[in-house]
Amino acid sequence: MKRTGVFVCHCGINIAGTVDVKKVTQELSKHPGVVHSEDYVYMCSDPGQNLIMESIKENKLDKVVVACCSPTLHESTFRKAAKEAGINEFQCEIANIREQCRWVHKDKDEATKKAIKLTQATVEKVRQDESLEPIGVSVTKRALVVGGGISGIQSALDLANSGFEVILVEREPSIGGHMIQLSETFPTLDCSQCILTPKMVEVSKHPNIKLMTYSEVQEISGYVGNFKVKILKKPTYVDPDACTLCDECTKVCPVLVPNEFEMGLTGRRAIYIPFPQAIPATYTLDVKSCPGLLPIACGKCADVCEPNAIDFDMKPEIVEEEVGAIIVATGYDLYDKKNMGEYGYGKYADVLDGLQFERLLSPSGPTMGKVLRPSDHKEPKEVVFIQCAGSRDPELHCPYCSKICCMYTAKHAMLYKHHVPDGQPYIFYIDIRSGGKDYEEFVQRAVEEDGVLYIRGKVSKLFEENGKIKIWAVDTLAGKDIEINADMVVLATAIRPSEGSEELAKKLKLALDKDGFLSEAHPKLRPVESVSAGMFLAGAAQAPKDIPEAVAQASGASAKAISILSQERLFHSPTVSKVNPNLCTGCGMCVEVCPYDALALKDGKAEVNEVLCEGCGTCSATCLRGAIEVKNFSALQIHEMIGASVGG
Amino acid sequence: MSDQFEPKIVAFLCKWCSSAGSDLAGVSRMKYPPNVVPITVMCSGSVSPLYILSAFKRGADGVLVSGCHPGDCHYIKGNYYARRRIALVKKILEFIGLEPQRLQMSWISAAEGSKYTETIKDFVQELKPLGPQTRLRRGK
Repeated sequence: MKRTGVFVCHCGINIAGTVDVKKVTQELSKHPGVVHSEDYVYMCSDPGQNLIMESIKENKLDKVVVACCSPTLHESTFRKAAKEAGINEFQCEIANIREQCRWVHKDKDEATKKAIKLTQATVEKVRQDESLEPIGVSVTKRALVVGGGISGIQSALDLANSGFEVILVEREPSIGGHMIQLSETFPTLDCSQCILTPKMVEVSKHPNIKLMTYSEVQEISGYVGNFKVKILKKPTYVDPDACTLCDECTKVCPVLVPNEFEMGLTGRRAIYIPFPQAIPATYTLDVKSCPGLLPIACGKCADVCEPNAIDFDMKPEIVEEEVGAIIVATGYDLYDKKNMGEYGYGKYADVLDGLQFERLLSPSGPTMGKVLRPSDHKEPKEVVFIQCAGSRDPELHCPYCSKICCMYTAKHAMLYKHHVPDGQPYIFYIDIRSGGKDYEEFVQRAVEEDGVLYIRGKVSKLFEENGKIKIWAVDTLAGKDIEINADMVVLATAIRPSEGSEELAKKLKLALDKDGFLSEAHPKLRPVESVSAGMFLAGAAQAPKDIPEAVAQASGASAKAISILSQERLFHSPTVSKVNPNLCTGCGMCVEVCPYDALALKDGKAEVNEVLCEGCGTCSATCLRGAIEVKNFSALQIHEMIGASVGG
Repeated sequence: MSDQFEPKIVAFLCKWCSSAGSDLAGVSRMKYPPNVVPITVMCSGSVSPLYILSAFKRGADGVLVSGCHPGDCHYIKGNYYARRRIALVKKILEFIGLEPQRLQMSWISAAEGSKYTETIKDFVQELKPLGPQTRLRRGK
């Protein structure tokens, strides 16, 4: 028994304006299987929904088609109403005669004809819809946070403070990310270390946080609510519990390599602590620069280590964890300076990038907070800051705006002036983008109080001459060529997704945007959700961001994760693939094309993991024998819809 | 003759991008000819060659398959499968003597209401000189 009811909405005049609603209703009443058809001025209103519910009961309907606006608006409304009236919610379908018909056509006759076809096609679809129940799965109430910068730290703390266990994975020996490298932060000039280190300590002491530094996510399987993660714990060769931070080991280590934390401005030993406030507070033996783990090769550090904390036999370890939600906060790197040959990077020691300048400004940096030229350790009296070094340059570099550089360059120039009161900072800019609370005032302060000279224009060339860096540029507002003999140049290089984020995105099945940042599920309405259910994005991994924005997104991502972790069971759309074992030959083509690894061969037949399946239907189009179909999107249904769409 | 001829088009739109794009065309009150009847599918990658042939068999003069832009597929890579499949079906059409330009594929994002509108307008104009499709049409 198939008793279909059709309900046509006027939507005021939004549908009735060009579509003859009465005619649609009348035509549909003649359609095979339709036992009732009715129109109403606002079907989504309370009386409209009541009308549908009454009719389902009265006419013993088992199928319902509502011809109205786009299903994105009211499919769930009408499905709920249908369910309330006693039929399965998947027995209700929407024919979109507003956005896809009335609003785009002028001719009433044509629009009415098309509305009839659209509704008839939907009647054909609903006729063969199966009754389905959402698929329920249990939830593992723990979360994984990837990346221990400010975003990852904030996310982890929010989750942990809400009572959920968190595993925080960081690939470097310490958490803190780039923020811990900064000197002071705009626009308040808070000391970055002072505001971040308490949070880092909180992470290390929190009973709900399992901190895994020097570790990387290796493999992820499972689905929202139930992920299985394999984490590679790289050996540090130092037992953190035994290490007393006496620093004797670095005194004997013969190796000197560039110090990453100081952006290469100083060196570090093969055994090192990234910075004194590192969390966890312990040393790491960098096996890549160590002359050999065999004590016979060197082993000096182990000889002097009184507590015997150094263990050359430590091995990489794979740790398996189960989590319900994942937050990806892998942060950013600066645009590779090698690409900025035009600005002499790498050629001239006194051309720095923004993070190097931060280290010069930092009281804990290589110069103890004195701004000195790396080449001769003299105080630079004229410093040129170049904004958009690699940003907003679609021809040669990155097309996008890196967003934070205008602000940090203003801060750099201001702080430089505070350090060198008789110095002169110049800033070359394209535009000054200072949107944000107190940001514009900050830039004005740099100009008015600290005498920062802003010059609109780009630097065309810079080269060394007589111990200075000569800069040729154009002031595009004055229309004049400019020449500056600078002592130091600081490039505001573009923000790039952190190295390895593409690889991680592949492992997690996350999408990347055209610039390589992680894609959000919707640019406006779902900005912290990734395209994969149960995985969320925080911080600069998604797009260039300043600290307040990164922190806000991190808290948003945690809240989203909590909305999953706080459920007892999760429900998944039941419109998933279904295999007809009588037709399946076990060729495995569907298994190969499935983007979600939701298919596997079992006893020579394809089998669907309904929890993993997202219902895209790629398998159904691939199967040569029509043995696999998405429920309620069967080939038969589509063929009938085609017939109704073309016919007449 | 070709002036009066109004081609019938079946458009398979993916739910996430192209169908949403066609909704946006509506919300923005853009206008395009009513020759097209859309069928929303989950993903352009789910459009089987049989659907396309079925549409021609039932009398469609043109078939449009529209998905998310390359790299933007809601289902990661369904649109790439669709692209390969459409290229093959076009060859089949040519082989059986049907103008391959009767089958089109487009990338229309949820933000591209105007692109959907233009795609439909252009497709109708391109189909008009071809006249009715009779090669695969059943019966008539």
